[in-house]
Amino acid sequence: MIKTDALIIGAGPTGLFTAHQLKLIGLNCEVVDNLDKIGGQCIELYPDKPIYDIPAVPECTGEELTNNLINQLKPFDIKFHLNERVEEVKKENENWLVKTNNGTSFSTPNVIIAGGVGSFEPRKFSPKECEKFENKSLFYSVKDKKIFKGKTVSIFGGGDSALDWAVELSKECSVNLIHRRDEFRGAQATIDKVHQLAKDRKINLYTQYQMASVKGDKNLESIDIKHDNNEIKNLKTDYVLGFFGLIMQLGPIANWGLNIDKKTIAVDTEKFETNQKGIYAVGDICNYPGKLKLILSGFHEGALAARACFKLARPNEKYRFEFTTTSTNLLKRLGKKE
Amino acid sequence: MAKITYITHDNQKYEVEVQNGLTVMEGAVQNDIPGIDADCGGGMACATCHVYVKEDWFNKIPKKEDGEEDMLDMAFEPKTNSRLSCQIVVSDEIDGLEVSIPSKQA
Repeated sequence: MIKTDALIIGAGPTGLFTAHQLKLIGLNCEVVDNLDKIGGQCIELYPDKPIYDIPAVPECTGEELTNNLINQLKPFDIKFHLNERVEEVKKENENWLVKTNNGTSFSTPNVIIAGGVGSFEPRKFSPKECEKFENKSLFYSVKDKKIFKGKTVSIFGGGDSALDWAVELSKECSVNLIHRRDEFRGAQATIDKVHQLAKDRKINLYTQYQMASVKGDKNLESIDIKHDNNEIKNLKTDYVLGFFGLIMQLGPIANWGLNIDKKTIAVDTEKFETNQKGIYAVGDICNYPGKLKLILSGFHEGALAARACFKLARPNEKYRFEFTTTSTNLLKRLGKKE
Repeated sequence: MAKITYITHDNQKYEVEVQNGLTVMEGAVQNDIPGIDADCGGGMACATCHVYVKEDWFNKIPKKEDGEEDMLDMAFEPKTNSRLSCQIVVSDEIDGLEVSIPSKQA
């Protein structure tokens, strides 16, 4: 059980700056994020797209913004729990008991939800019966490629993940690559390689096809794929891999007793506290009259929520507002003064 | 202004007037039309504003730009008449446009 003054859910720009504000005012914090890297939407959705409305930063990409925020956190010791999704938040005495899907648990008076539009999850196949085989013979990521050796693997998707795995698995498996259109969107070298392997009959390429249904009782036996012209083809296969990118889902947050409307959480504008004492929501996921979904708004919301955390984490101390330009306390925390 | 008709997967019809310059996605969000999530807010980064454009309109509206087709690869059950509604800008020329909303966006 990890005890901390505040737990931040979400390592996007808002979560990162909120961590900065907490550490600056002398609280400790830990950060949990379901992605395998820090940065949230900025890094997952638009690492290369320029952003023009960060105050005092005329232009920067999502990746640059993330790196700058990480640099700003350098003076502080903050533990990040990546690849973990918070599943449960429940009250235990005065504190919140928080559990992740990996079994990590936290006890904290303050939980700050900086979850954007929710956690990133793989997009799945649409036919319902695919669920039956999920994580047995149908996967959305590869954990151990050895299981595919000598088997037939049907890979869906047209991006780098689908193409890279098609190339890699074609060495030791029989590979079907299925994509909804003729063009692929991966690196040109990989696309060329896939076409060469298809010519050499190392990869069976099916374009303008999509998944129609999966067949099999206990074990997956075959799949039906459907052409744009409605023709159906049946492919015998041992495994199916789907690479359709990630989608944001609110997920377990919906079960924590918060006031949720249209995937956002209602908060007050003094503490950015939800209807539950000690649970705050900041950034894109919070909602209040006049809310703007801008990164700069997230920074403001995080700064105020951090001050609210102080009261619950240090009930016997008085919070004093200070400037980084002049306060010896703050400069010490920032490592700028002995 | 243009009249846009949104048809949900359970066949509910919503006819709304949308101002020129807004996108078909914004027209849906502002009028509380269910089924268009628009998680990324119009950045062509999420494919959750996916719609099917009525066949006879598909070739009349401005064509897809780079990146939209890539994003449609991620959409739920894309078809040949699929578009991202955040990329269709409303103008007088598209008055009467009809789009259908898929049964879900993810």
